[in-house]
Amino acid sequence: MLDLKEKTKQYSTRLGDDSLILGHRISEWTSNGPFLEEDIALGNVALDYIGRARMFYTYAADLAGNGKTEDDLAYLRSEREFQNYLINELPRGDFAFTMVRQLFVDVFFSYYLKALTNSNDTELAAIATKSLKETRYHLRRSRDWTLRLGLGTDESKARMTKALAEIWGYVHELFEPDELELELIACGIAVDTREIKDNWFADIGAILSEADLAIPDAEWAVRGGRKGYHTEHLSMLLSVMQSVHRAHPGANW
Amino acid sequence: MNSLPSDLERAFQAKIDNEYKIEPKDWMPAGYRKNLIRQISQHAHSEVIGMQPEGHWITRAPSLRRKAVLLAKVQDEAGHGLYLYSATETMGITRAELIDALQTGQAKYASIFNYPTQTWGDIGTVGWLVDGAAICNQVSLQRTSYGPYARSMIRICKEESFHQRQGYQIMMELAKGTPEQKSMAQDSLNRFYWPSLMMFGPHDSESAHSAKSMKWKIKRETNDDLRQKFIDQTVPQIEFLGLEHPDKDLKWNEERGHYDAGEIDWEEFHNVINGNGHCNRQRISHHVAAHEEGAWVRDAQNAYNAKMKARRAEAA
Repeated sequence: MLDLKEKTKQYSTRLGDDSLILGHRISEWTSNGPFLEEDIALGNVALDYIGRARMFYTYAADLAGNGKTEDDLAYLRSEREFQNYLINELPRGDFAFTMVRQLFVDVFFSYYLKALTNSNDTELAAIATKSLKETRYHLRRSRDWTLRLGLGTDESKARMTKALAEIWGYVHELFEPDELELELIACGIAVDTREIKDNWFADIGAILSEADLAIPDAEWAVRGGRKGYHTEHLSMLLSVMQSVHRAHPGANW
Repeated sequence: MNSLPSDLERAFQAKIDNEYKIEPKDWMPAGYRKNLIRQISQHAHSEVIGMQPEGHWITRAPSLRRKAVLLAKVQDEAGHGLYLYSATETMGITRAELIDALQTGQAKYASIFNYPTQTWGDIGTVGWLVDGAAICNQVSLQRTSYGPYARSMIRICKEESFHQRQGYQIMMELAKGTPEQKSMAQDSLNRFYWPSLMMFGPHDSESAHSAKSMKWKIKRETNDDLRQKFIDQTVPQIEFLGLEHPDKDLKWNEERGHYDAGEIDWEEFHNVINGNGHCNRQRISHHVAAHEEGAWVRDAQNAYNAKMKARRAEAA
């Protein structure tokens, strides 16, 4: 039976995983954006996520109290140990794919982080307070882009429709807390994502309808991130991300 | 045959001689405008193309702190590109035209970015030496005669010195690290030292644009003077790292109060400028590919803006 500290450590680690993996994906846009202003804006969003990952990991490392650091968590765990939601690890795709994913994640985090600011764990609550401000800015951006691309040209609309269909099946696991989370929800530490599901669906439905887009009627759903059951994309991402660090064990950078 | 300077030209030169800034709406000789468009846009393109060799390592940065710092740095470069494109646009040319000139090879960017970043050590040397050389040049350009360019340089210099520090910090960690890290640092210094010296351009006696640029105070110091400054400042930095200096002919000259340096391999310089660097084709084709892939996004944005404008007009 894990004690509360150990469980909180695991929880903070997986929140770090969500942020790191998504931040990594967004950072792949560097020098690849549709124009220079977008390179800068996407860089900002990526930086926010990397910063968030560092806070969650540092807290997890403090709780572990074994001298490990944020970098041990980021660079020395394997794909089976990462517990990010699958949506975050999907390749960046085209600009429509990236924006649909951001919209989904931004709406999710706007409720999630708000709830986490009320956590009984004051450290997690403090991280959430800082991150919530960033997420509000991210959401303004992804909502605006959804409108521009949904209402822009036939091509942009078609690309958005395709992206929605490709991503939709990954949203379901966001609202299904696992055993660890259920225990921490009972202690008032973790966020109960079942409670934000209705708001999420309502907001997404409203934004998509304003953009003349629709929630896909896809039946499929893929799950497993919180159990370390990942898509094939994550191991490639980690191979790249961890390559230099792992090639020089014990080195400082 | 040179005609005599007109009253306008005389007044223009008098302004420059008296250290007044030239502003976008002021009269200026066509040659001055052309020269500036060439120089500022080349600078802008360098910032933008420079995002590629460094961006290449964001996904592999060996610690989260390094990843965040590198990401912020590359993002700054994009910002510099943006101010410089805006400064160029004050001369009556559009960003689209400038990008087209870059992509068709009519405009140049700093040839240093045609060298590959092969190891993490290169992220150290690019920050330390490449940005360091750029700063020498840019500090002097803070006093350039064209107002918008001078002002953008002031802001850019502040950020560039943070970039140089991040590069040097990477080098310090490598130099005091494991034997493999130290040799990574030395190898990278060996590869990037000479190309960094080439960034100042040909010797003054060979430089095509120098004389006019100095008269118009577009350039304030010559290529060779700036290069000397950089050579001198780099010597103690290499010593502090405990690395070997790549220039075996380097010697302190008491009389001049400067270091005498070994000769630069100008054949390599021209070779890389003329398209024979590892990355010349890759840098441009990457830029073209990203730009073309982004076309539908820009189109969508324009179409959306037009629709919204029409809607507002209808409502009014």
